[in-house]
Amino acid sequence: MLKIKNLQAQVGGKEILRGIDLEVNLGEVHAIMGPNGSGKSTLAQVLAGRDVYAVTGGEVIYDGKDLLAMSPEDRARAGIFMAFQYPVEIPGVSNMYFLRSALNAIRKSRGLEDLDAIDFLAVAREKMKLLEVEEGLMVRPVNEGFSGGEKKRNEIFQMSILEPRLAILDETDSGLDIDALKIVANGVNALRSPERAIIVVTHYQRLLNYIVPDFVHVLSGGRIVKSGGKELALELEGKGYGWLEDAVAAEQTA
Amino acid sequence: MTAVKEQQDVYLSTFQAREKTFSGASWLSQIRRAAIERFAELGFPTTRQEAWRFTNVAPIAKVPFELPEAADDGAAVAIGTMPMADLECGRLVFVNGHFSGELSSLNGLAKGIKVCSLAEALAAGTPSLEQHLARHAPYEDHAFVALNTAFIYDGAYVEIPKGLVLEKPVYLLFVTTTNGRPTVTHPRNLVIAGAESQATIIEGHLGLGEGTYLTNAVSEVVVGENAVTHYCRLQQESEQAYHFGALHVRLARDANATTYSLGLGAALARQEVAVVLDGTGSECQLNGLYVVSGRQHVDNYTTLDHARPHTASREFYKGVLDGKSSGVFHGRIIVRAGAQKTDAKQSNKNLLLSDDATINTKPQLEIHADDVKCTHGATIGQIDPEAVFYMRSRGVGQDEARQILTYAFANEIIGRIKYEPLASRLEDALFAQLGVGPRREGL
Repeated sequence: MLKIKNLQAQVGGKEILRGIDLEVNLGEVHAIMGPNGSGKSTLAQVLAGRDVYAVTGGEVIYDGKDLLAMSPEDRARAGIFMAFQYPVEIPGVSNMYFLRSALNAIRKSRGLEDLDAIDFLAVAREKMKLLEVEEGLMVRPVNEGFSGGEKKRNEIFQMSILEPRLAILDETDSGLDIDALKIVANGVNALRSPERAIIVVTHYQRLLNYIVPDFVHVLSGGRIVKSGGKELALELEGKGYGWLEDAVAAEQTA
Repeated sequence: MTAVKEQQDVYLSTFQAREKTFSGASWLSQIRRAAIERFAELGFPTTRQEAWRFTNVAPIAKVPFELPEAADDGAAVAIGTMPMADLECGRLVFVNGHFSGELSSLNGLAKGIKVCSLAEALAAGTPSLEQHLARHAPYEDHAFVALNTAFIYDGAYVEIPKGLVLEKPVYLLFVTTTNGRPTVTHPRNLVIAGAESQATIIEGHLGLGEGTYLTNAVSEVVVGENAVTHYCRLQQESEQAYHFGALHVRLARDANATTYSLGLGAALARQEVAVVLDGTGSECQLNGLYVVSGRQHVDNYTTLDHARPHTASREFYKGVLDGKSSGVFHGRIIVRAGAQKTDAKQSNKNLLLSDDATINTKPQLEIHADDVKCTHGATIGQIDPEAVFYMRSRGVGQDEARQILTYAFANEIIGRIKYEPLASRLEDALFAQLGVGPRREGL
C-alpha cells in the first residue's frame, strides 16, 4: 500500500532524509528505530504532509496515488493518521468537537452522512473504555493542560476513532511510564488488522515488547542502514546504535 | 479645520433651538448648559491627545449630523427580523433616539422594579434622578460625553429596589434607521441597582440600513451595597455608522459588577467602560470582544479606578481583526492613595487574520498605594500554524480549521455570558461576522 522510493527532504536548507526506500503492505507492522537526529520523526512528518519539510527528491506512492501531491487533510481522508510526538494544544476547542469534526470530514469525503453528537458519543464511549480515557477528557479543550501521558493516550484514542488504513506513531512511547505504555500498546494492538498497516517510530526498544513488529528498520544519517525482523530490535537493545553507525561510516569511507 | 469648527457650531445652534423642548427640572437645564459650554470649549478630540492617539474622529467632526425628528414607523417590521432584537425578556425599544411604547414590552418584569423611558421619568420628577443623572459620567474633559449630556432627552431609566433578584434581563434596545440625511442620537441611560439586588441589563445598539449616522450613548450604572449587576453592552451598528458609547459604573461597598462590551459593527467605534470601585470590598470583571474587518476601526478605552481598599478587578478583552481593520485597546488602572490590597489583573489578546490589520494595545497603570497587586498582559498573534496542521492531519480542511480556531478564540468571551439566549445569538452573530456558516454546537 505504501512505497517510498529514494525519498529526500530538508528543513531550513539542511538535508535530513537522504534517500529512504521502504515498502509497507497491509497487515504489517514496521518499526523504525534510530538515534536522535537520524530522521525518524522527519520521515513520519513528511508522510503526514508537514510543510516545514521540503521534499527535494524521490516519491511516495500510497494506494497507487502520489502521496506527496496530496494536502494533509486529503491524506487523512485517504486513511493516513500520524500520532504526534508533541500533540498540539488547541484552546477553546473541545476534544469532542474536534474529533467529531475530523470524523465527519473523513466520512464526508467517503460519501457518508455526518454523525450527530449522540451517535458520535456512542462510538467514542466504546473506544474510551479500551484506552481507559475518562469521559471528562472529551469536554476539555484539545490537549490543553493534559499531562504528557494523557496527550499520548489522546493521540491513540483519536486514532482508534478515525480508524486509519495507515497509522504512523511518532515516538508515542517517549516519556511514558510503564502503565501508560501498556495502555497505549493495547490500543495499538487492538487496531492491528489485515486491513491496516502500522509504522511505529521509536527511539526505545521497550515499546516493541508490547507492540511486536513484523519488520524493524534502523535509520541513521537520513538513510535506512539496516532492516530485519523483530530480533533486530533486541540486538540494538544489547549493543546500542553505535556499532551500526560505525559500520556505516566505515562503509562510506571505504 | 474651518469645516470642523462649523460643524461644532451646528451642535451649538441645534442646542439653542431645541433646548426648550427638552423636559426636566432646572437642575438638569443647568447641567445641560454647562455641558454644551464645555463642549464648545473642548471641541472634538484630536490624535494629539493621548487618550485619542490612535483614533481619529475627524470623520465624525466633519459631518453635519441632525437630530432625528421622531421614531420611524417602519422600524417595527424590520426589528422583528433582527436576531439580536428578539430576546425573550422585558425590553425598552428606542428608534432613532425616541422611545417607542409600541415596540417595547414590559410584561413579566418583577414587581417593584421601575423601568421606563428617561423622558417619562424626567417628566414625572423622579427624585433619584437629581441625585444620580450626570453625576457618574464626567463630561468636563470629554467632548462626546459633554455633547450627550447637553442633549439628554431620552434613554432608559431602570431602578431595581433593594433585595430584588431579577430572573430575566432587562433589554434596552436602540435602533437607528437611516433615512438619507446623517443623524445623531444621544441615548442616555441610568440604572440604579439597589442594595443586595441582582440583575442583568443588556444595552444593544443596532443599525438598520446603509446610511451614515452617529450614536453617542452614555450610560450610568450605580450599584448599591452588596448588589450584583451584569451589564452587557453590544453594538452592531451599520457599516457606515459611527458609534461612541460610554459606560460608567460606580460600585458601593461589597458590590459586584460584570460588564461585557461587544463591538461587531460600525465604521468607527469607540467603546469606553469606566468603573469606580468606590466601596471597600467591591469587585468587577470587565469582558470585551471586538471583531472587525474591511476598513473598520474599533477603540476600547477602559478605566478601572480603585478608590477604596480591598477592591478587585479582572479585565479580559479579546480582538479579532481582519482585512485592513484597526483596533485599539487602552486599559487604564488607577489605584488611589489608601486603596491598599487592591488586586487588579488585565489581559488583552488579539488575533490578526490578515497582514494589513493593525492593533495598538496599551496598559496604563497609575498606582498611588504600596500594598497592591496589579498585573497586565497583552498578546498579538496570528492563527497558530501548528494547530492548523494538527487539525488538517486529522482530516479537517484548511479553511475550516482556521475558522474553528478563530471562533474558539473569540468564543471564550461570549462563553462568559450567563444569559444563554443572548450568548447563543451572539455566537450566531459572530459566525456571520467571521463568514463561517452555521453555528458549531458543542465546541
